[in-house]
Amino acid sequence: MSRRTRIAFKASVWVLCLLPLVVLAYRAVTGDLGANPISFVTNWLGQWTFRLLLAALALTPIRILFGISWQVSLRRLVGLFAFAYACLHFCVWIVVDHFFDWHQMGADILKRRYITVGMLALTLLVPLAVTSTNAMLKRLGGMAWRRLHRLVYVVGVLASLHFLWLAKKGRTDQYLYATILTLLLGIRAWDAVRRALRKRRQQQTAGAPGLAEAPH
Amino acid sequence: MLIKRAQMFKASEITDPTLYFNRREFMVGAAALALFPRGAEAAAPPAGQPLKATRNTAFSLSDPATKFESATTYNNFYEFGVDKGDPSRLAHTLKPRPWTVQVDGHVAKPKTYDIDELLKLFPLEERVYALRCVEGWSMVIPWIGFPLASLLKRVEPTGQAKFVEFTTLMDPEQFPAQRKSVLNLSPIEWPYVEGLRLDEAMHPLALLTVGMYGQVLPNQNGAPIRVVLPWKYGFKSAKSIVRIRLVSSQPKSTWEKAAPNEYGFFSNVNPEVDHPRWSQASERRIGEFLRRKTLKFNGYADQIASLYAGMDLRKYY
Ligand code: HEM
Repeated sequence: MSRRTRIAFKASVWVLCLLPLVVLAYRAVTGDLGANPISFVTNWLGQWTFRLLLAALALTPIRILFGISWQVSLRRLVGLFAFAYACLHFCVWIVVDHFFDWHQMGADILKRRYITVGMLALTLLVPLAVTSTNAMLKRLGGMAWRRLHRLVYVVGVLASLHFLWLAKKGRTDQYLYATILTLLLGIRAWDAVRRALRKRRQQQTAGAPGLAEAPH
Repeated sequence: MLIKRAQMFKASEITDPTLYFNRREFMVGAAALALFPRGAEAAAPPAGQPLKATRNTAFSLSDPATKFESATTYNNFYEFGVDKGDPSRLAHTLKPRPWTVQVDGHVAKPKTYDIDELLKLFPLEERVYALRCVEGWSMVIPWIGFPLASLLKRVEPTGQAKFVEFTTLMDPEQFPAQRKSVLNLSPIEWPYVEGLRLDEAMHPLALLTVGMYGQVLPNQNGAPIRVVLPWKYGFKSAKSIVRIRLVSSQPKSTWEKAAPNEYGFFSNVNPEVDHPRWSQASERRIGEFLRRKTLKFNGYADQIASLYAGMDLRKYY
């Protein structure tokens, strides 16, 4: 892919990721947030946090399944947008929902398990966002950096629990999100196992004298 | 501005329905009046038609009423769907006429009432009640109806009657969410059933409701007849009722069956007893910015607390 197309591509990802905020702002300005605007905004931001998180987590499985790899370079950008939406979602909770009622919020973080795991998910995203720059990648070294960024799988699981536990009975979209996450993680797990097996076979064949090395 | 007007006229005995509406809504109401001149509609008043009632000030809050638009577009009525916008969007599928309410069980005079007959039996009164949803939000709604006790006395409960069971209409044609589907993961069983102890049902606060905001009850709010129990979480107030049965043992309500650890038979509003998943200490009054503290029995403790004297409200949530 040429440099020009890559830039055009990055730009459209920016636009797409900002679109939910633009729509939200438009609805706010036109008074179209429904009878319970605070709940509407909280849910809107929570939904988009989760969607962007899933989008970021989908880029590698797409490579595994289809062998296309240019989209993998977008992981960091999409991941950072997910983090930004999570921060906004959290800010609405602090500022608008509880209006700096620290006592109540502290109690909720400890007592409400959906808040506990949401808080954990956001906390775990912080080191990932902080180390997302090229400079940090260099400083940590590729191996350590990759290992650290595997935390995003944990964030995905915590986000699913957050949604499963807060959703009211009778609702079903929380299962859809959890299923998509399971599929995405399943593809990675399957790929990891496959690669580990191949490596072991290679080592075995390499260890056996007189046999040619297995083709890659 | 609307709110100020409503407060100013608080003392008036007869409430002018136009008080609750903004200009546009009022115009629509006026157009409806022109289309259905009084008298012609007397047999079957459709939702939106004006309904006259005398305000019962002793049973009315002085808080400003929630905007009519909010009260009719932000609803939990799972027969239409779980989303709060579903009821108003799909309300037209419900046909509130013809309609009958079967009142039977342990009563001396069981009877199936036609809704229009019921409307004529008892004088209608308007009461401004607080409504607290178990999800943590609340509204203030001027309901129109008559005491549930008036109807119950009329059918003469026998000594065996200890509880009252309400059943909502079961008709997948009219309630889309009652249709069977493979993808339906809902834990809810239809028809919707709710229940009260007889003394709760006989309490003067319990209102059989046929209207709100000076109008015939909109479909999404439980037309043509529902119960309103302001000291309990909203889901206890069964909507679109087709049967009221007096029974000797405690009925199992729909939500109790769906999630017994979350929704008890009593479900009285209580800031001290949290829902297992969230706090009930505060609520967001629709239309307000800051949360407010939730009051015990939703502010009706003076009238109602004696019914539960000596009961462990943590155990009987
Ligand atoms: C990665 C982090 C997070 C993700 C992916 C996430 C996602 C979500 C989702 C999908 C919803 C449901 C939206 C709906 O009902 O349509 C939601 C709701 C909510 N979230 Fe989060 N969330 C995250 C972090 C947090 C944090 C840190 C807090 C607060 C400490 C929080 C508080 C809430 C609240 C209060 C609701 C609304 C619950 C309700 O309506 O009853 N979330 N979130």
